[in-house]
Amino acid sequence: MTRDPVLTFTPHGIHCPAGDFHIDPWRPVPRALITHGHSDHARPGHGAYLATDLAAPVLRHRLGDIALETVAYGERRRIGGATVSFHPAGHVPGSAQIRVEVGGEVWVVSGDYKLEDDGLSTPFEPVRAHAFVTESTFGLPVFRWQKQAAIAAQINGWWRDCVASGSTPLLGAYALGKAQRLLSLLDPGIGPILTHGAVEATTQILRDQGLRLPATVPVTAAVKIADHPGALVLATPSAFGTPWARKFGPVSTGFASGWMQLRGVRRRRAADRGFVISDHADWDGLNTAIHETGAEKIFVTHGYTDIFTRWLRSRGLDAQVVPTEFAGETLDESAA
Amino acid sequence: MKDFARLFTRIDQSTKTSVKVAALAEYFATAPDEDRLWTIALFSGRRPRRAVTTTRLREWAAEAAGYPLWLFEEAYPVVGDLAETIALFLPPGRSDSDRGLTHWINMLRGLSHVDEPARKAAVLAAWDELDTTSRFLFNKLITGGFRVGVSQKLMTRALAQATGRDEAELAHRLMGAWSPDDTTFHALIEADDPTTDASRPYPFCLAHGLDDAAQTLGAPEDWHAEWKWDGIRGQLILRDGDHFVWSRGEELMTDRFPELARAPDHLPPGTVIDGEILAWDGAAPLPFAALQKRIGRKTVPKSLLREAPVILQAYDLLEDGGRDIRALPFDERRARLDRLIAPLPQDAPLRLSPSLTFTTWQTLTDARATARDARAEGLMLKRRAGPYLAGRKKGEWWKWKLDPLTIDAVMIYAQAGHGRRANLYTDFTFAVWQGNDLVPFTKAYSGLTDAEFRKITTWVKKNTLQRFGPVRQVRPELVFEIAFEGIQQSPRHKSGVALRFPRMARWRHDKDLSQANTLDDLKEMLRLYG
Repeated sequence: MTRDPVLTFTPHGIHCPAGDFHIDPWRPVPRALITHGHSDHARPGHGAYLATDLAAPVLRHRLGDIALETVAYGERRRIGGATVSFHPAGHVPGSAQIRVEVGGEVWVVSGDYKLEDDGLSTPFEPVRAHAFVTESTFGLPVFRWQKQAAIAAQINGWWRDCVASGSTPLLGAYALGKAQRLLSLLDPGIGPILTHGAVEATTQILRDQGLRLPATVPVTAAVKIADHPGALVLATPSAFGTPWARKFGPVSTGFASGWMQLRGVRRRRAADRGFVISDHADWDGLNTAIHETGAEKIFVTHGYTDIFTRWLRSRGLDAQVVPTEFAGETLDESAA
Repeated sequence: MKDFARLFTRIDQSTKTSVKVAALAEYFATAPDEDRLWTIALFSGRRPRRAVTTTRLREWAAEAAGYPLWLFEEAYPVVGDLAETIALFLPPGRSDSDRGLTHWINMLRGLSHVDEPARKAAVLAAWDELDTTSRFLFNKLITGGFRVGVSQKLMTRALAQATGRDEAELAHRLMGAWSPDDTTFHALIEADDPTTDASRPYPFCLAHGLDDAAQTLGAPEDWHAEWKWDGIRGQLILRDGDHFVWSRGEELMTDRFPELARAPDHLPPGTVIDGEILAWDGAAPLPFAALQKRIGRKTVPKSLLREAPVILQAYDLLEDGGRDIRALPFDERRARLDRLIAPLPQDAPLRLSPSLTFTTWQTLTDARATARDARAEGLMLKRRAGPYLAGRKKGEWWKWKLDPLTIDAVMIYAQAGHGRRANLYTDFTFAVWQGNDLVPFTKAYSGLTDAEFRKITTWVKKNTLQRFGPVRQVRPELVFEIAFEGIQQSPRHKSGVALRFPRMARWRHDKDLSQANTLDDLKEMLRLYG
C-alpha cells in the first residue's frame, strides 16, 4: 500500500489527509490553517481556524466572530497524524509559511512571501523541506525589486514635488500590509498623512498590536484638505476617481505595486506615478527561497505557473503546477 | 542619454498634456542642436536605419542575462514591448554613462559597417553601460516606434514654445522627406528661407466626428457637403515638373499609384491637391477590398492595374500657381479646384468629388441614408468660409458617418494584448451560429473600456478550455455586439466573409449564447451591402 502524500490538492483547497485539515481553502471546510489575512487566503465559512497570534486581530476584524485558535511562530502542534508549525513568510505582519510533517516527511506551504525585511513583518525564514508549495506572482526575470529605501526616496520626492506644485498626492495601496509598509516609509516631516477608512481600520489594528507607525488623520466628512496643508492621502485604489477623492482638489495619483515595473501596466492605470514595491518575492527572491528549502519537489500555485514550472524543471527540480484560487498581487481590489 | 532619459521619464510619468509639453519645451530650449534635431526626428516617426535584427537582440539579451532563450520569449509577451523586455531582463547596468543621444545614434549607425561579432560586442557594452531607462531608449532606437504619448502635434507645440516660432509654420517645416542626415536644426527650424524640398507636403486637415445633430452646426447655407469616401487620403503634389503622392501618415506613395504619373500632363506645376485615392470602375468606386490589393505593393503588376485602377477623387486645393492658398475660404479654394479639374478628359486620373446640394438639414439627413448606394461611408461637412487648417481642429470639417452595421457574436478565442494592454486579454475571435456549430468570422480588439477588459481577463482565466500558445480557447458564453463598416466576400475566411473595421460596440450581458446571430444573417448582410 502506498502512503498518502503529505498534502493533496483538492477542489476545496490544499488538504492534509493525515491531519484532515486544509490550508487557505477557498471553499468552506471543517478545519482551516490560514497563512495570512488577505481575502484570497482567509475566507469566511470554515468550522475552525488556526493562524499565528500576530495574524489573529486582522482575521477577526475581517471575518468576524470565528472559532480561531492561535500559535506563535515556530510552535509545534499535533493535528491527527501530522505535526504543524507556522514560520515567518515576511509577506505582511503575522503572515506565515505552514510546515507540515507526517512520518518524517516535511512539506511547506509558503502562502505569499517576500525575502526583503520590510521592518514591519517578521522577516522571512527559510524552512528545510522535502516539498515546497510556492507562489510565482512575479516569476519572470523582468521582475527585480530595488531596495525599499530607494523606493521610499522616490515616494517622498514625489510628495515634496506635489507640495511644491500645490497638488495633493493620492497614493493607492492594499489596506492590509502594503498600506502600513508605505506608512513606515513616508517621511512625516513633509506633511500630515490622511487615510481612507479601509486603510485606517487595518492600520489601527496593527498599531494596537505594537507596530510603530506614524500618526495619521482618518478622512471623515468633517475633514477639509485646506486644514491639512502639504498632506498626502493614502487610500485603497478603489477610492480613486470616486466622489470621496474629489474633496482633495487637484491630485497627483500614485500606485505602489510590483506591477508598476511594467510600463504597459503603468500606462493602463493612467496614474501619474507608479512605484515598484511589492510584498511578493521577485524573480531572484523566488529562486533563492526555493533553493534554501532544499526541496526537490516544488508545487507552483499561482502567478506565471507554467513558465516558472518549466524554469524549475530546467534546473533539475521536480516541479508541477497546481491549480488554486489564490490571486497573488492583483491590480484590482478583490484580493486585498 | 541621461538628459533624453529624463525627458522621456517626465513625459512618461504624466498623463497631463501641459506637463508633457512643458518638459519637451524645456528640453528643446537647452539640449545641444544635434540632440534636438534627433529628438524631433524620433518624435515624428523617423529613426536610424536598423543595424541589428530583433532576432539577434533577443538572443544576445538572453545570453547576456545568463538565461535560456525560451525564458526570454515567454517574458516578452508579458512585458509587451521588446525594447522594454530587454531592458528589464538584463541584470541592472552600471549606469555611469554620460554620453548624449546623438552619440548612441551615431554608434548604432556605425554598426552597419562592421561584422556581427563587433556589432554584438558594441550592443552588449552599451547595455552594460546604461541604466534601465536609458537602456530601454537605446533599444527603442534600434527597434523603432517611439510612442511615448507625445504626438507630433504636441512635439510641434513644444518646439514652438521653445523657439518662439509659429506652430503651423513649424508643422509645415517638419513635413516630408527630411532626415537628420541631410539637414541641421538650423536649416530645418530656424533658417529664414529654407530651400524647400519640392516634395514637401502640407499638414492634412482632419475632421472631427459629428456626434450631435447636424442642426447644431447652424445655417445649412454655411456648409458644403460631399460624400465621405472609403479610400486612402492622399495629397498630390505637382512641382518643378515632378509629382509626388503622400499618404496621411506622411508616407510617400508615388510609385504605388502609377496612374497618377499622368497628372502632370493635365495640370500645371505649383499645384497641390487633397483628395481620396479610390479604386475606380469607370463610373463608381470599387469596394475597399479592391484598393487593399494595391496597398503595400510597391510595384504593381499589369493585371492588377487593369483589375483595380485608381483615381484621385479631388476635394481641396492647397497650392495654386505655386502659392500656398490654405488661408483662403473653402469656397474659393473649391472654385479654383473646379476650374482646374472640370475641363479634364474622362480618362484623366483625377475627378472632382461631387458637391451635394441641399437647402435643409433634413434633405441632407435623407441623402446620408443613401451613402451606401453611392459607395460612400457617410458625409463630409466643410464650413464654406473656413481656411484649410493643419491637423484635427474642431469646427471646420466634420465627418458624419453612417451608423455601422452590427451583429451579435460569441467570443471563442482570446489572446493577450501588447504594450499598454500586455497582461490583459483584449484580442478576441468571434463566431456566429451555423446550425449547431459556431463558425469564426472576425477578430476584434477595440471598443471596450479598460474596466471591461479587466473583467473579461478574469473571466478568460477561469474559462479556458484549451491553450494554443498565447491563444486560449474559451467557453462559448459571452456575447458581444460587433460593429463594422462594410462586409465583403472572402474565400480566405472559413465563414466566407470579411468585415471592414470590426470592433466591439458593447458587451451584451443581456443575451445568452443562443441569441447570437447566424451565418445566414451575415450572408444576408453580404447580399445587401457587399
